Amino acid sequence: MADVVEDVQAQEKLIEELGYDDHFHEHHKQDKYASGFISKYVFSQDHKIIAKQFLITGMIWAIIGSAMSVIFRMQLGFPEESLTWIKPLLGKWITVDANGMGTLNPEFYYALVTMHGTIIVFFVLTAGLSGTFSNLLIPLQLGSRDMASPFLNMLSYWFFFLASIIMFTSLFLNTGPFSGGWVAYPPLSALPEASSGSKAGMTLWTMSLVFFVVSVLLGGVNYITTVLNLRTKGMSMFRMPLSIWAFFITAIIALLSFPVLVSAFLMLILDRGLGTSFFLSEIFIGGQALDHVGGSPILYQHLFWFLGHPEVYIIILPAMGLVSEVLSVHSRKPIFGYTAMVLSMMAIAFLSFLVWAHHMFMSGVNPFISSIFVIFTLIIAVPSAVKVFNWIATVYKGNIRLVTPCLFAIGFVSMFISGGLTGIFLGSSAIDIQLHDTYFVVAHFHIVMGVAAFFGMFAGIYHWYPKMYGRFMNETLGKIHFWGTMIGAYVIFWPMHYLGMAGVPRRYYKFDTFQAFADFSDMNKFITIGAIIVFGVQLIFVINFFYSIWRGKKQTTKNPWGASTLEWTTPIRPGHGNWPGKIPSVHRWAYDYSKGEREVITQIEPIGEDEKLDSH
Amino acid sequence: MELAIKHRADGTRRVPPMKFALWVGLASISMMFAGFISAYIVRMAAGNWLEFELPSLFMASTMMIIMSSLTLHGAFISFRAQKEMRYKGLLVISVMLGLSFVILQYLGWMDLQSIGIDLKGNPSGAFVYMISGVHVAHVIGGIAVLVVALLHAFGLPFIVTQKRIERLDLTCQYWHYVDVLWVVLFLFLTYYR
Repeated sequence: MADVVEDVQAQEKLIEELGYDDHFHEHHKQDKYASGFISKYVFSQDHKIIAKQFLITGMIWAIIGSAMSVIFRMQLGFPEESLTWIKPLLGKWITVDANGMGTLNPEFYYALVTMHGTIIVFFVLTAGLSGTFSNLLIPLQLGSRDMASPFLNMLSYWFFFLASIIMFTSLFLNTGPFSGGWVAYPPLSALPEASSGSKAGMTLWTMSLVFFVVSVLLGGVNYITTVLNLRTKGMSMFRMPLSIWAFFITAIIALLSFPVLVSAFLMLILDRGLGTSFFLSEIFIGGQALDHVGGSPILYQHLFWFLGHPEVYIIILPAMGLVSEVLSVHSRKPIFGYTAMVLSMMAIAFLSFLVWAHHMFMSGVNPFISSIFVIFTLIIAVPSAVKVFNWIATVYKGNIRLVTPCLFAIGFVSMFISGGLTGIFLGSSAIDIQLHDTYFVVAHFHIVMGVAAFFGMFAGIYHWYPKMYGRFMNETLGKIHFWGTMIGAYVIFWPMHYLGMAGVPRRYYKFDTFQAFADFSDMNKFITIGAIIVFGVQLIFVINFFYSIWRGKKQTTKNPWGASTLEWTTPIRPGHGNWPGKIPSVHRWAYDYSKGEREVITQIEPIGEDEKLDSH
Repeated sequence: MELAIKHRADGTRRVPPMKFALWVGLASISMMFAGFISAYIVRMAAGNWLEFELPSLFMASTMMIIMSSLTLHGAFISFRAQKEMRYKGLLVISVMLGLSFVILQYLGWMDLQSIGIDLKGNPSGAFVYMISGVHVAHVIGGIAVLVVALLHAFGLPFIVTQKRIERLDLTCQYWHYVDVLWVVLFLFLTYYR
């Protein structure tokens, strides 16, 4: 990589000669961004610190959320085993009988399932993934000093923090956290008398998520404004790296869909608190007739899934963007079909608003309406397949470096294919009659948006770790982490497809009263053991992450991966404003790898006279 | 509070970033109301829907908020034209009109209550309370911003700078938005029953 190192030195000259002077540092000497511990690390307005705040908060939530899944998997895999040993952690939710046999409280089992979903979907894969990398990469890869509004950006994190605190508090309530499923369907969620989790737990849950949406919106406003207004000289939209396109489109989807979720939550809150009947019709509960009349619980489902489906793309698009970037850098090849990638993301974003009812095929939706949603759902497979094809074509015949970020990016593609294919099954309303609410659904969405999004996130963390901390994560531990997770994820979720096809329903506490499902107890044990091992492997990652912050291998060159994008033209530890002098200007697209004799040409290098000018 | 790091590398500045950010935020608020309205339409199509007249006070409040938009726009023009007294006077009038809008909405809800439309019971009433209530919450946010503008008008020396024009412009844009939003909601609630 000697030639790459030399390039880095030449880069500084290029920035000095061709860069754009915005007189940033004349105004910002000794500014509030870097003075004092509190304003630098706590209430920071610097996008790089905010990114780390999102990441580490997200990691804490990921540990809590996945630990919950381990507990309920133990219940599913080993319903006869005593759980007394976990009583110190769970307290009254483990009931110990006279023989010392500890059983998990069924009510709390539902709470665990609900919290696992809420935490992973919203706090980890939305805030932790898009929050982290949009903040880190948008200004760095676009060549801007910071976000359009650093102040709103800071607020975005602290609203997320507030949402986190409220949700975390709800875990310790006497009546337990909310337990009606992460989708919070009424009437279960709307009636405090319906279950103990629907009491204070649900109140805190809705509060937390409303603050969470505020956080997402503040972030999204910033991302969109920054991408459209603060690109450096020469950075036209179609010269942006695909990661930026992904964050940009994600923010647009979030901004259009999350407010609708808020409207559903407001109506739910009014139903719970003020006695309105938006979602509640004539209901008897405990022999008592409630005075709600004329509401429709299906209405909530429509509003919820109008967010809920775009939400899965809010989760997966940033992962796709990161993977495109990582695959191209590490296979030393331009991304295949750049424009097709951008258009596919736009198509996915557009279609994501037209498919929400495929979550409701069995909710009594008119079958003729269903068929329209089937068609749109299946059409989404087209842009998704275009993207998969392009990733494979990018790697094909590349000079691949099988480092950890690259492995995770390849793993992402594998997961996205496996999970995407089962999506075609579930998208058909006829097959859904058998498969709805079974483990087939659980397997599908865990692979395609859970594991795949995590893989994208891991690829991003390993790849941009030097940018964040000036050091590398340990490569050996990284490889153990990858192979453990890759094999483990299939061990966990592959068998679930069989469970689902046999009709085993999701969300059940145990299956001992169903003779038909008795055959699957060994399979459930197998899955649970897999889940425990995979959880352990993630702890290796956590240790590696925090160890490497202080003890990892030091980054010695500015551009260790030999990437072409702007974030690697900053100093190794960029200060506030990212570039010490001028902002680099951009002269070419982000993917000039292995062009002619040269391994990589960074975006700041002008087009040479002998170079063929391509469309970018 | 420094809101923007402003630069456009090619030297041109079309929309100031903060103004653009405001528009994006407004699009987001619009989506929330679109959520309410589509819920209203879907629920109404399902039948069992109570029809009633909106209180006439809502008509008066609509007039108030439209007038406040006009006076605020006048204040903005006067500020740019360096007409201090007119700017301050129109700003005060705008805030008063804004407050009277909120009060009239409240009285309108009391009127609804008195003809037997309450939050409980048929959702058609609850929808009106909720949609107008959430809108009033946004108006109150607007009044808070106007109060900040008032403090600027009377607390700071009268100097017309680009920064202050931009700031007042943002305030006005938001206020016009909640105004237009209410007119749309009002027409919807009046004619779609």
